[in-house]
Parts: sequence; structure tokens; C-alpha cells
Amino acid sequence: MNWESPAAFFAMGGYGFYVWGSFGVCALLMIVEPIMANRRRKDILRSLRRERLAETLDTQ
Amino acid sequence: MSNNKIINWFKYASPQSFYPVAGRMIPWFWGLAAIFFVVGLYISFFVAPTDFQQGEGYRIIFIHVPAAWMSMFIYLVMAFWAGLGLALNTRLSSMMAQALAPTGAIMAFLSLWTGAWWGKPMWGAWWVWDARLTSALILFFLYIGFIALQAAIDDARRADKAGAILALVGVVNVPIIYFSVKWWNTLHQGASVSLTKAPSMATTMLWGMLIMALAFWMYSIAVALTRVRAIILEREAHTEWVKELPEVKQ
Repeated sequence: MNWESPAAFFAMGGYGFYVWGSFGVCALLMIVEPIMANRRRKDILRSLRRERLAETLDTQ
Repeated sequence: MSNNKIINWFKYASPQSFYPVAGRMIPWFWGLAAIFFVVGLYISFFVAPTDFQQGEGYRIIFIHVPAAWMSMFIYLVMAFWAGLGLALNTRLSSMMAQALAPTGAIMAFLSLWTGAWWGKPMWGAWWVWDARLTSALILFFLYIGFIALQAAIDDARRADKAGAILALVGVVNVPIIYFSVKWWNTLHQGASVSLTKAPSMATTMLWGMLIMALAFWMYSIAVALTRVRAIILEREAHTEWVKELPEVKQ
């Protein structure tokens, strides 16, 4: 174990700003990117469903 | 026998058959990514010792190196698929190239970002115009250029062709990045891991970095497969098989 306390962990031996600045942005992008990719598929599925509904209404 | 295998492989080369296969693979890659991230981050923060020179600041390596590796590797894979699409006119390969570009761009950005946040405390500068950093920045611009070029051309097949040419020309930049620390005098340190000599770091640090690299790898596959499924639906929107999909019919 490297750390004597949670505070020491967050301080990162004085490099906290830089370590968390790196890991934070990395985590943020890796959370946002899959959400965006999923949303892109949801969006196209929604418009495909709408199109299909329009077509069935047309034929009726 | 061997003929059958070839035919089977080509079967998955159509968007229609790849779409459900990709859907089944995605959860497995997310699962693997989660396992490797947990193990990798645990090693990064709790097992790997403090560096005798850089203190705790060196821990940025555990995301910096995997992001930089992935940015280069994804570029090669993207150029390969784009080139295959250009040569064989296969729709799915061009879609794969398109799906990889944003993930590659994010990896390239992360390698620059984490590099800057590592460079500031260790070198005293967020950025220097040295060979490694400049060629990595060019890689990021190549991704952005590929995405912008494809977005600017309305006809998808023409966009694929233009993008493929850009991607293939840009491949020359990847070995330049990789060997830049050898070819030029740079501030950036040499390769941490090489095939020809023993790694220049402690074993636990090396393991942490490799497992984090695997995590980034699994993450990239999962997110690229998610995106390629959206692209398949967008581009095949007017085909019968898409209209007959259960998620569309519901």
C-alpha cells in the first residue's frame, strides 16, 4: 500500500493537480464517448421507427 | 473445406450479417474493459511503487502510454479498413473506418492532454515543439481531417473514397511518431517498452501499463462496434433488412 491516508492519496505527493487533471479528463471522455455512440444509434432507430409508422399509415 | 471458410468469412463482411454479430460482441468487450480497468487502476495507484525521480507524478504514464499507443494503432486499423474499402468497394470496411475515427481522435487528444499535464510538472512546459509532440499533434489533425472530410461530402461512397486517400497518405506519420524519439533529439523520453531490449521500468509499473493498455484496447473495440452499428443503420436505412429488424418493428 502506497498511501497513509485518503488525503495523501488525493495529494499524490504534490502532483495531485496534474495526476487528477489527466485521469479526470480521460475518465470524462471515456464516459461521454460511449453515451454519444449509443445515442447516435438510438436516434437513427427512432427515425427508422417513425418512418415505418408513416409508411403503414400511408398504406391504410 | 478451405473454400467454405472463405465463404463464411465473407458472409460477415456484409453490414446485414455483421450488425447482429457486433451487437452480441459489444457486452463482452465492455466486460473485459471493466475487468482490465479495475485491475489496471488498482496496480496504477496501489501496487506500483513511487518513482524515485518523478515521485507520484509519473502515474500519468498509466493512461498516457496506452492512449498514445491506441491513437497510433487505431489509425493503422482505420487506414487498413479505409484502404480495403477503396480497393474492394466493400461497404462494411468503409463503415468500420468511419466508426474508428472519433475513438482514434479521442485517444490522440488524450495522449496530448495527459502529455501536457505530465510535461508541465516534469519539464516545466505544457507544450514544446519537438518531434514527438509535433508528430502526435499531426496525428490528431489527421483524425479531425478525416472526420471533417467525410462529413463535408454528401454522397457516402464518395466520402469513403476521399477519406480513404487521406487516411492512407497519413499512415506515413505513424512511423514518424514512433521513431521520432530515436531520429531526432527530443525532450520526450525514449520508448518505455521495446522488443529488442529489456523494459526500462519496474515490473509492476510495466504490468500496470500493459493491463491499462488492454483496458483501452477493449474500450476502443466496444465503443467502435457501438458506433459502427449506428452507422450501418444510418447508411442502410432504406434497405428491407433494416426495416424488418425487431428493434425497428417494435
